[in-house]
Amino acid sequence: MHEVIVDIAQILASTLRLSTPLILCAMAGLFSERAGVVDIGLEGKLLMGAFAAAAVASLTGSPWLGLLAGILAGMAMALVHAFACITHRGDQIVSGVAINILASGLTVVMGIAIFSQGGQSPPLSREERFLPITLPFADALRGVPILGPIYADLISGQNLLVYVALLSVPLAVVVLFATSFGLRLRAVGEAPEAVDSAGYSVAWLRYRAVLIAGLLCGMGGAYLSIAHGGGFVREMSAGKGYIALAALIFGKWRPVPTLFACLLFGVLESSASRLSGVSLPLVGAIPVDVVLLAPYVLTVVLLAGFFGRAIPPRALSVPYVKDR
Amino acid sequence: MTPPAVRLTAISKRFGAVQANDAVDLTVAAGAIHGIIGENGAGKSTLVSILSGHYTADSGEIALFGKPVKLATSADAIALGIGMVHQHFMLVPNFTVLENLMLGLAKAPFLAESRADVRERLARIEEDYGLSVDPDMVVERLPVGLQQRVEIIKALIGGGRILILDEPTGVLTPDETDRLFESLKVLKSKGVTILLITHKLREIMAITDTVSVMRRGRMVAHTATADTDRASLAELMVGRSVELVTNTRSRAAGEVALAVRDLSAEDETGKGRLHAISFDLRAGEIVGVAGVAGNGQSELLAVLAGLTPPSGGSFAFAGRTVSAAAPADPHLMRRLGLAHVPEDRRREGLVMAFQMLENAVLGYLRFARGARRWLLEKRRMRERCDGLMRRFDVRPPDPRLRAAGFSGGNQQKLVLAREHGAAPTVLLVGQPTRGVDIGAIEFIHRELLALRDKGCAILLVSVELDEILALSDRVMAMNAGRIVGILDAADADRQSVGLMMAGVDRAANSDRAAMGRAGMGHAGMGHAAGDER
Repeated sequence: MHEVIVDIAQILASTLRLSTPLILCAMAGLFSERAGVVDIGLEGKLLMGAFAAAAVASLTGSPWLGLLAGILAGMAMALVHAFACITHRGDQIVSGVAINILASGLTVVMGIAIFSQGGQSPPLSREERFLPITLPFADALRGVPILGPIYADLISGQNLLVYVALLSVPLAVVVLFATSFGLRLRAVGEAPEAVDSAGYSVAWLRYRAVLIAGLLCGMGGAYLSIAHGGGFVREMSAGKGYIALAALIFGKWRPVPTLFACLLFGVLESSASRLSGVSLPLVGAIPVDVVLLAPYVLTVVLLAGFFGRAIPPRALSVPYVKDR
Repeated sequence: MTPPAVRLTAISKRFGAVQANDAVDLTVAAGAIHGIIGENGAGKSTLVSILSGHYTADSGEIALFGKPVKLATSADAIALGIGMVHQHFMLVPNFTVLENLMLGLAKAPFLAESRADVRERLARIEEDYGLSVDPDMVVERLPVGLQQRVEIIKALIGGGRILILDEPTGVLTPDETDRLFESLKVLKSKGVTILLITHKLREIMAITDTVSVMRRGRMVAHTATADTDRASLAELMVGRSVELVTNTRSRAAGEVALAVRDLSAEDETGKGRLHAISFDLRAGEIVGVAGVAGNGQSELLAVLAGLTPPSGGSFAFAGRTVSAAAPADPHLMRRLGLAHVPEDRRREGLVMAFQMLENAVLGYLRFARGARRWLLEKRRMRERCDGLMRRFDVRPPDPRLRAAGFSGGNQQKLVLAREHGAAPTVLLVGQPTRGVDIGAIEFIHRELLALRDKGCAILLVSVELDEILALSDRVMAMNAGRIVGILDAADADRQSVGLMMAGVDRAANSDRAAMGRAGMGHAGMGHAAGDER
């Protein structure tokens, strides 16, 4: 029995670690899209954040400076997106895709230019990374039935950014639904003309929303390269930005359901590695690809209307033009 | 003497090649209801958008209560007590009334602090002006009249002393309009200055103290309402004398051209939009469909034109019965002789980026084909378009210009000319004069009557009740996707039709009385069947 609990706690812990970048990116997308700006560039911002964090951590030796660099890189990309989509009313999908392509190429080019290791950063030492934090009494309580392993293996022993990602969800709830900034941000994604006629700048609200998205994506990137991983590897975002976008749609643009969608996708990913090679009666060996495919399939099924309609913010993807 | 609430001096504003406002002066006395009247595109909306800080004037001065002010943004105007009620509501539909009000009012970072304050202000508004609304209702669930009240409250709740209403009655039933005007009179008695922008002469005469007339970006007259009348205002608006078209019927209606039976339709979410609609449309008559926008008239046109399939019931036309099992398409309907002037000419009637000669054969490519069946012949298209333009006085008469380069009235004339040119037996017409200048309205009305006299059966949908009453031989009122009643033109007046538009079946008696008359039998029965559901 104890063994099973330990197993479950470990699977959940791995789920949490794999979900962390999804949660940060999905919350990023939540802010941006609730303000009416489509964010298909989550992937690119995540990748840029990962590269900048690893590069700076490696060059300075400080994970904190690395994190800061990741955040700044994410926000810089967000600023490009905002400038194209808000100031110049460009197509939000095109701009987002451009950001993804830019990040994919730029990280490799800069990686080669700086480190000459084929686009990777050097492996980071323990001092250059965010390491798992062991909460008090974790080892002492490990033996306690049920709660022990959950505390020791799931709640304790995660790195700082995992806790930050989990905190970002209640924070998003408070900001979006309990502050006047959040009220106007949501309004700008539904009926920007109402906000404009109330005397508030649509552009400035959307800029702030998109910048928050950049900040969260940058953190997600830093998590990948200097917390969960030990250095930057080319294309290390590996489609997580898109999965986060899928989770956002799956969660119907609401913070808590989006969190659960991220965790669901995380559990699929963590079980994929455990299920590889396992053969089930009748079915035979499960191809890992099938499990990894699940998030995308689920999103398609959702968009087809099987789990009720996902209604996006009304002004999503529509540039605001002052008009009569 | 108190200084005027608003004084605009030599306001000019240009959009590209269009001089929207040209040295406009305007003075509005404090505590008065002032009307600004003019045709579509005369520059009324631009002028008030400048006054509400939405646009900035290129030149000119603005003074409020005697003090010169600069209005660079909406926030400036709001701070100075100018509240604007837009033609299209500036509300977040899925927010509550309270949230919508807090959008502009919440100054504290957390909403909890502002909530009590806004509720208190709302109570004060109710006390002072008698405007009440449930603050916790989601706006999109409120009837349009109440949504507009929310807009008015929004304009006043921040301390607004000058209220601007831009075409406020376009979306209201006649009854809701009366209630709006009652509220405006109360506001006036409390010292609020009101600017009413409209193109409806009746409203100016009914409620304003003073009136200004705009034409082509210029202010052409200021006068006390008591010193003028409708005819002279209309003349000032248009710049020449206006003959009002009236329906003089030359002969009785003929055979049934379109027989509609228990017709129902749903929208894409499965919500019922038309419920058991039954009526007959006869050759040589115009049936006007009266109703506030969004009560099923658009869906009725779409189903009859073959754009959307019915979900139940049927309609028979030219020997063919269209139903859910046997749907039609617009191409088939056109070939059978049913023409359609859609409600939204810019999206459904024309391709704005196409040349007029191409637009002139849309839906009627047979007029563009020559001996070589599979090719369109430019020369034929140009000749066809040329003929239509001359016949309907479309200006400029150049088939090679893009549709987007024509005024609303000329675009509409070309759409009507195209459908007219196919000599239809049934013509569906949606909002034929929306956004069209008075000169073109006259022309279009005359053409519709002439077509009717030639034996065409016309179904006319319009939100302008005056238009319905002026042209129709019979008036059918719709509410919430049902026919409330059908009246002969002789029995239809603003009040009876207005009540029916609101869903009140006062017409039941006259309807029954009319049953014996030509063309009413099935309509009456259909109506009764509709009530049983």
